[in-house]
Amino acid sequence: MSNNPLTPGVVPARLPGHVLAENFGDSAPPLDRHEARVAADRCYFCHDAPCMTACPTSIDIPLFIRQIATGTPEAAARTILAQNIMGGMCARVCPTETLCEEVCVREVAEGKPVEIGRLQRFATDTLMEKGIHPFTRATPTGRRVAVVGAGPAGLSCAHRLAMKGHDVHVFDARTKAGGLNEYGIASYKSVNDFAQAEVDWLLMIGGITVHNGKTLGRDMQLSDLQRDYDAVFLGFGLAGVNALRAAGEDKANVMDAVDFIAGLRQAGDKGAVPVGRDVVVIGGGMTAVDAAVQSKLLGAENVTIVYRRGQAKMSASRHEQDHATAAGVRIIHNAAPVAVHGNGAVAEVEFAYTEETATGLTLRPETFRLRADQVFKAIGQTLLGAPEGVVVQGGKIATTGAGRTNVAGVWAGGDCATGGDDLTVTAVTQGRDAAEDIHAALAAKG
Amino acid sequence: MADLSSNFIGIKSPNPFWLASAPPTDKEYNVRRAFEAGWGGVVWKTLGSEGPPIVNVSGPRYGAIWGADRRLLGLNNIELITDRPLQVNLDEIRRVKRDYPDRAMIISLMVPCDEESWKDILHRIEDTGADGVELNFGCPHGMAERGMGSAVGQVPEYIEMVTAWVKHYSKMPCIVKLTPNVTSILPPAMAAKRGGADAVSLINTIKSVTNVDLDHFSPFPMIDGQGSHGGYCGPAVKPIALNMVGEIARHAETRGLPISGIGGVTTWRDAAEFLAMGAGNVQVCTAAMTYGFKIVEEMISGLSQYLDDKAMTLNQLVGRAVPNFVEWQDLNLNYVTKAVIDQDLCISCGRCYAACEDTSHQAIAMSPDRVFTVKDDECVACNLCVNVCPVDNCITMTELPQGAVDPRTGRKVTEYANWTTHPNNPSAHAAE
Repeated sequence: MSNNPLTPGVVPARLPGHVLAENFGDSAPPLDRHEARVAADRCYFCHDAPCMTACPTSIDIPLFIRQIATGTPEAAARTILAQNIMGGMCARVCPTETLCEEVCVREVAEGKPVEIGRLQRFATDTLMEKGIHPFTRATPTGRRVAVVGAGPAGLSCAHRLAMKGHDVHVFDARTKAGGLNEYGIASYKSVNDFAQAEVDWLLMIGGITVHNGKTLGRDMQLSDLQRDYDAVFLGFGLAGVNALRAAGEDKANVMDAVDFIAGLRQAGDKGAVPVGRDVVVIGGGMTAVDAAVQSKLLGAENVTIVYRRGQAKMSASRHEQDHATAAGVRIIHNAAPVAVHGNGAVAEVEFAYTEETATGLTLRPETFRLRADQVFKAIGQTLLGAPEGVVVQGGKIATTGAGRTNVAGVWAGGDCATGGDDLTVTAVTQGRDAAEDIHAALAAKG
Repeated sequence: MADLSSNFIGIKSPNPFWLASAPPTDKEYNVRRAFEAGWGGVVWKTLGSEGPPIVNVSGPRYGAIWGADRRLLGLNNIELITDRPLQVNLDEIRRVKRDYPDRAMIISLMVPCDEESWKDILHRIEDTGADGVELNFGCPHGMAERGMGSAVGQVPEYIEMVTAWVKHYSKMPCIVKLTPNVTSILPPAMAAKRGGADAVSLINTIKSVTNVDLDHFSPFPMIDGQGSHGGYCGPAVKPIALNMVGEIARHAETRGLPISGIGGVTTWRDAAEFLAMGAGNVQVCTAAMTYGFKIVEEMISGLSQYLDDKAMTLNQLVGRAVPNFVEWQDLNLNYVTKAVIDQDLCISCGRCYAACEDTSHQAIAMSPDRVFTVKDDECVACNLCVNVCPVDNCITMTELPQGAVDPRTGRKVTEYANWTTHPNNPSAHAAE
């Protein structure tokens, strides 16, 4: 007898294979040609368009939509990718509802924005499915740049540097390139192994060598890279996870949401991934939502997100929250964990209600308990392994200008560095801009 | 519900919406369905002479242009007149008219430009029970090259001659259908009137190529890699048709000649505009070919509501705009308006700004937070911002009252004066 949502404990295969396949299919299916044409026709081609201003990579959105409307999605893709080389992934994971689509004049006027994200996906998918890489390398410069981290920031930086003719070596601790695109995004947002396909496509530029399984500080030191390369870009993300600081958090089946998400992404058979009957997710960001929704999709009976502040403070967008609640996830606000109970493995989590006071968030005397046989911690990631000598500020590598660290010849970008939200699109921007700055610096050196 | 019953040159129909001579009226099946749907009348698809039937192409007959969401804006066709045997058509016409005696049944005719041919066809249609004939002097493709259709309509003398033959050999009311493929619509209309026409109908289609196939480098519709011009119709041609209808309605020589308005009538509103411009009724084709016969229900309800709202009869609407259709020189040059942007309605798209700044008079200001305002001292009131604004009524033109100073010119708004008396007009004094 196989498992079902009511089976106690943390077990695999709570749902039949065909249900899992459907649950983890494309959550937002791509537009077909006709739908894209209709969606593109809604764009007003605004002057100095607000959507373009809202995009961290400043994609010329009205132009690419007009290019779709006139039957040239390939040209549209070039417009997108020239600004954002990971425009394909960003089309899938960008919180467009808080970026371009939030400021779309049709959102303002009708509450129904032009579907910029889906149109972007239509364009980039069209080009990438044809196996076309629309950029070429400049004449090789003979300069060598080391990039640490093969996530969105590192790959964006590497691509732009390669375009400029530099030789780029990318070092990444994991076995696959892609960073959070490969390990950190909900499976239903990146189906058909899109993250790896995008990496392969990106590397078609040439001049980029990826070294997997290489961790800075263990396999090489910053000083080695400074010695062997003309410039270094640090984009290794946030490898640490914040602790709950609640008694009993070391009990079995209390785990990091990022590990659960990564494991699920790498699992060929989703039915092999164990999940609890009663799952509690602690946190208020996209990671919390991704872990909670996917727990539900795996067949957990009860999934609850508990966030210590009010709804407005949740860093997961309203769209993401709605996605979670529509999937059957319950969201409790204004409660913080105070203890994890259980005999060896977690059985219950005890929460205290919170309130915002002049002195900050404080716990109220009222408490409640949630049954839990699995708990996911999603209360933020932390910087791990910043090289010695690099100034860290507020938990991030301090940068000025286009990602310059305090160390000459060393740039940083993406989640590990200061500036911007921790979004894929922000990381791509920072990688790109750092590459331009590195290129300018190398050129100035003559 | 306003009374929409129509009497056009003695031909009665329950409403002024007729289907134009075209594919929708080519056979009994379609026409019965049209009458069941509520159409007031039909002009049966053009009949030719007795003899071997016309041959059509067996490739695409239509080309099109589209707006957003593939909304059909313009259609062109290379179809010829009916390709069914004459007797089949005549039998069907007789049966349909017998079953729908209250609907208008007009027969469109096109035969070679000789008296015998016209005498013969008129004789053959005599006992069909039809209410009138429409002379197809308009079709610009296929038949024109054989000396018929617009080849006749482009020569006023031919129009007059053939019309006179028709009036001589038939007692039926005669409508002359005009081609817009002429420099001026007035000489053909005058010729029809001289020939004794009871009415004119216009416009027929406009010579056109809708698009070029960029893979085969052929105009479209493409027949085996080649294309020829077709006749253009649909919403895109309405402005051309309205002008021609109005020109005939206002001209001293043609004023009072009944007009059946044709050209892009798609909604009740289009129909009302044709009526106001002097048409006694309208004929519809492309809208029916796009959406089916059911649209007539919207036309009936819409026109009826409009007439009720205006407390006007159908006859009072006909020609209502004609006195206001003047030449440029009659326009009031002392009428001054300024664009005003309703900030509550504005969605900040900036299209008005782009249009004015890039292509016009730099009369719209844009603030850093995307508030758009009109600079009255630069605004010439061209109306371009109104036309490019995606929000209805967001930008409107406000008239400056008499005595107010136009900040652009620094001059006071004064009473009506037109070009004929303007000091810059070299002929102004001579005219006095």
